[in-house]
This record gives sequence, structure tokens and C-alpha cells, in this order.
Amino acid sequence: MSEYSRDEMMTVAAARLLKDGQVCFVGIGLPSAACNLARLTHAPELVLIYESGTIGTRPTVLPLSIGDGELAETATCVIPLPDIFSDYLQAGRIDVGFLGAAQIDRFGNLNSTVIGPYDKPRTRLPGAGGATEIAAHAKQVFIVMKATPRSFVEKLDFQTSGGHFAGRARSGARGQGPAVIVTDVGILEPLPGSGEFALSVSYPGIPAEEARAGVGWPLASLPVIKTLAAPTASELRALRALESRTAAAHREPVRLPL
Amino acid sequence: MTQVLPLAEAIATHVADGACVALEGFTHLIPFAAGHELIRQGRRELHLVRMTPDLIYDQLIGAGAARKLTFSWGGNPGVGSLHRLRDSVENQWPRAIEIDEHSHAAMAAAYRAGAARLPFGMLRGYIGTDLPRHNQSIKSVRCPYSGEAIATVPAVNPDVTILHAQRADRRGNVAIDGIVGAVREAGLAAAKLLVTVEEIVDELPPAMNNVVLPHFTVTAVSRCPGGAWPSYAHGHYARDNDFYLRWDAIARDRARFTAWIDRHVRGTKDHGAFLASLRQAA
Repeated sequence: MSEYSRDEMMTVAAARLLKDGQVCFVGIGLPSAACNLARLTHAPELVLIYESGTIGTRPTVLPLSIGDGELAETATCVIPLPDIFSDYLQAGRIDVGFLGAAQIDRFGNLNSTVIGPYDKPRTRLPGAGGATEIAAHAKQVFIVMKATPRSFVEKLDFQTSGGHFAGRARSGARGQGPAVIVTDVGILEPLPGSGEFALSVSYPGIPAEEARAGVGWPLASLPVIKTLAAPTASELRALRALESRTAAAHREPVRLPL
Repeated sequence: MTQVLPLAEAIATHVADGACVALEGFTHLIPFAAGHELIRQGRRELHLVRMTPDLIYDQLIGAGAARKLTFSWGGNPGVGSLHRLRDSVENQWPRAIEIDEHSHAAMAAAYRAGAARLPFGMLRGYIGTDLPRHNQSIKSVRCPYSGEAIATVPAVNPDVTILHAQRADRRGNVAIDGIVGAVREAGLAAAKLLVTVEEIVDELPPAMNNVVLPHFTVTAVSRCPGGAWPSYAHGHYARDNDFYLRWDAIARDRARFTAWIDRHVRGTKDHGAFLASLRQAA
């Protein structure tokens, strides 16, 4: 088996969770890499929706922004952004929403708004974007984040998007909430009943202690912890080719037709 | 009757200090040239509205043009922070800025309501979030049929919306291809709509399902090739992702940012000269 990085393991682990034919609401960064890897490997009929309004897009390079031209040129259709949020997301047409954040708590609630008090933040983060309504209305949410005690916290500074929060069932949220947290040291899934996230899957060569060390709450485990297979040669080939095409494209000079 | 004006004249005539201004375009067709002209003409006390402030509002905020920002996602896409926005919120530099923060779904609903001249937008939203505790304008109504609570946001009706588009005809009909974001809604929500375009043509191709803002909704059109750079105009030029990556270092430092604005924006007479000054610097 070839060498691979933890980031690659994480991206492959997230990609494998996607089933062919699912409709995915994709964010920039790791989610975009995972969804496109899945599309290029085991799930060719995955339908990728980016919030800029592109439906069924099949980019050959990963977009830097959520609205790169590549996404429009390779899409089944391009629709106005308000329609994406009202007629697709709020209407319940999204199978899987991918999210990441600066902070996460044990119930999968996310903070991408501020570190410190809202009115006097130490660090002002980008904010909600599509996340709040994705967290509420996608049928399932997959969270992808590197595990560090700074980001996996006992208490969020601010709750931008809801996970398995108290009262979710009666809140008007259409979706089931976060199904998994894919990290660089293992996968977490909610314990039945409480919705608290616990270690469910390990990666080859990464002991459970290391996953616990990356999480700022006392991390429980599911009764049986499976070990995921290492990335295959063909998965690594597809991912690396995608990333090198992407890096080259993002540095390509743009000539204005003036 | 739509006016066909040079950009500087369109801004001078239609955008006053203190105005509520929306420069829309979701990643695509961001009206950078018009934003730079606001800085060049020294507009102050603006209430800026945009779903994604992007580099253009980072520049306006860092230049001290804004008193208030209505937005839903304030980052440099795929890169990281908008450092000038952060500095104004965290350290009040160059001045304090009032924040009116929403989610994308809510901003879209607010523009739609504004376009229809309805008082508020509705969404199944703001569930499981702290935002409504910090933004008093987020409220809810009861559905008169089912009793369900539905979140509401006030309609957004800018004094002026500014867009960039691929082309307009001489009567002022404006045609837009590619990713349209919420430009149609933001355009129709405003009291005045200014549009910069790559080209002005005698006749537009048949529109079919493409977005057209008909001339009676457009206050003024200005020809401004390259006016969306470093964002893009589909069919004309691609997004300059390399510049978005390089902006991080320029904006991180107050002195470097100010020198960039002084040299390339305040120190140039128009958008053509701005682009030429960057070619020289490269």
C-alpha cells in the first residue's frame, strides 16, 4: 500500500460515505474535494449542487470559490440563488449537506461566526452563509473537520448552525441533523438517544487515544469500533490528479480582453 | 429612459453619501469598477448590502467608506478572512462598522421581498442558531392556515443597486449569462439600478431563459470592459483566482492595504487606468 497523508485519509473517508445518485449540497474546500472524488470513483451519478445555483455540476478542477465559471459550464442547469435556498433546500430536495466550521460541540452544533463575544469578538469569522439552513433542512448532514481541542469544544462561543440540539424534533427543521463527523483521526457518530457524538470508526495506524486527544470533551466510543480500509491506489490516484489539476488552474494567469 | 453614462458620472449623479447601496453578483459579475469609483469619489457613511462582501467590500470598508454592513458570509472564498472587514469589526479600524448579519437563505428572501415591494421576506430558517438573539430584525409570523411559525426578515430596498453584466443594448436592456446569484432580485429591489457592462450592442440576442433586466428597470448603463475583475464575466474573462489568493497578504497589513488603494484606486482616473497600473506593477 502506498503512503498517504491524514488529509487524504479524511477526504477518502468522506467520499466513501456518499452513495451513487444522492443529491449533495456542497461547500468549498474539503467537502468539494470529497464529493468530486466520490463522483470520479464509485458514485458517477452523484448530483452536486453548489449554492451559487449550479445543479448537477461535474467540474474537472475543484473551484476556488463557490461560483467559479467551471461550475456553471459543467452543470445540468444554472438557476437563481434564491431558488436554490427556497425551492431545493427548504423544500427538502437535498439528501446530503456537507458542513465544516471553526468550532463544533458534542452534539454537532457548529460555530462559523465569532470567537469571543458576538458584540466584541476576538476573531470575526465569515458567518453563516448557507450553513444554518443546510444544517436544518438537508435530510442528512456530513461534517468534515480536523480534530483539535481548539475546534472540538465543550462549549461553542456562538451557535451558527444546529446539530442535535434540544428541541430539534419540534423546531421545524426538516432534516435528521448530522449523521457523521469525519475527522483526520477517525469518524464520530451520534449515540442513540442522546445525539452525543462518539468514536465509531478508526483509521489504520491511528489509535483511539489519538482521536480522544483531538476532542475537547470526554469522547465516548460506540460498542464496536470498526477500522476503515486505507485509501486504495485508485482513490489516491484520482484525488491527487484532481488536486494537481486544481492547483495548476488556480495559478493560471487571467488575461483581460482589453 | 435609461441613461447611457460614463461610470464616474453615473456614480456622481446617483450615489449620495449615506446611501444604502447593494453591489451584487454572487462570485460572478461583481461590480468592482463601480466599487472603486465609490472610493475614488470619496463616498462616506454608506450602508453596504451584499450577501458575500468579497474583496470589493473589504476594499470599501478598509477605505473608510462604510458605516453599516448587511451581509450573510464575509470571507475570501476558498482563501480565508477578509482582513479589512475583520479589522473594522475587531478593532474599529479605520472606523467602527455596524453589522446586520443574516444567513444566505434570509438575504435571498429579503431581496425577493424587496423586489416585490412586500414588507418582509419569509423562510423556513434561523432554526438552531443564535443569530436571532443578536439581530433584532429577525422575527417570525404564524402561518394563518396551519399556525406554523415562519421566520421573517425585513425586505431589503437599497437606494441604489449596482450590477455588472456582459451586455446591454442602446435602450438599456441588460442581459446576464451564467451564475446569476440574486442579482435580478437585488436589481429590482432598488430605487435606482446602475449597471456596468462589458459591451453595449445594437441588439441583444434572443434572451430565452437568460436573465434580462428590461430597460424600464434600469436607471443607467455604463460601458466598462473588465469591470468585474478580479471576479469574472462569463464568456469574456475567467475569475482571477490567483489575485484572490494574493489579496490575503495585501489586505492583512493596514499600511500595505492603504498603499495599494492609494496607488491603484485613488491614484488612477478610471477603471482602464486602474487595470493598466496593475499590469505595470506585475
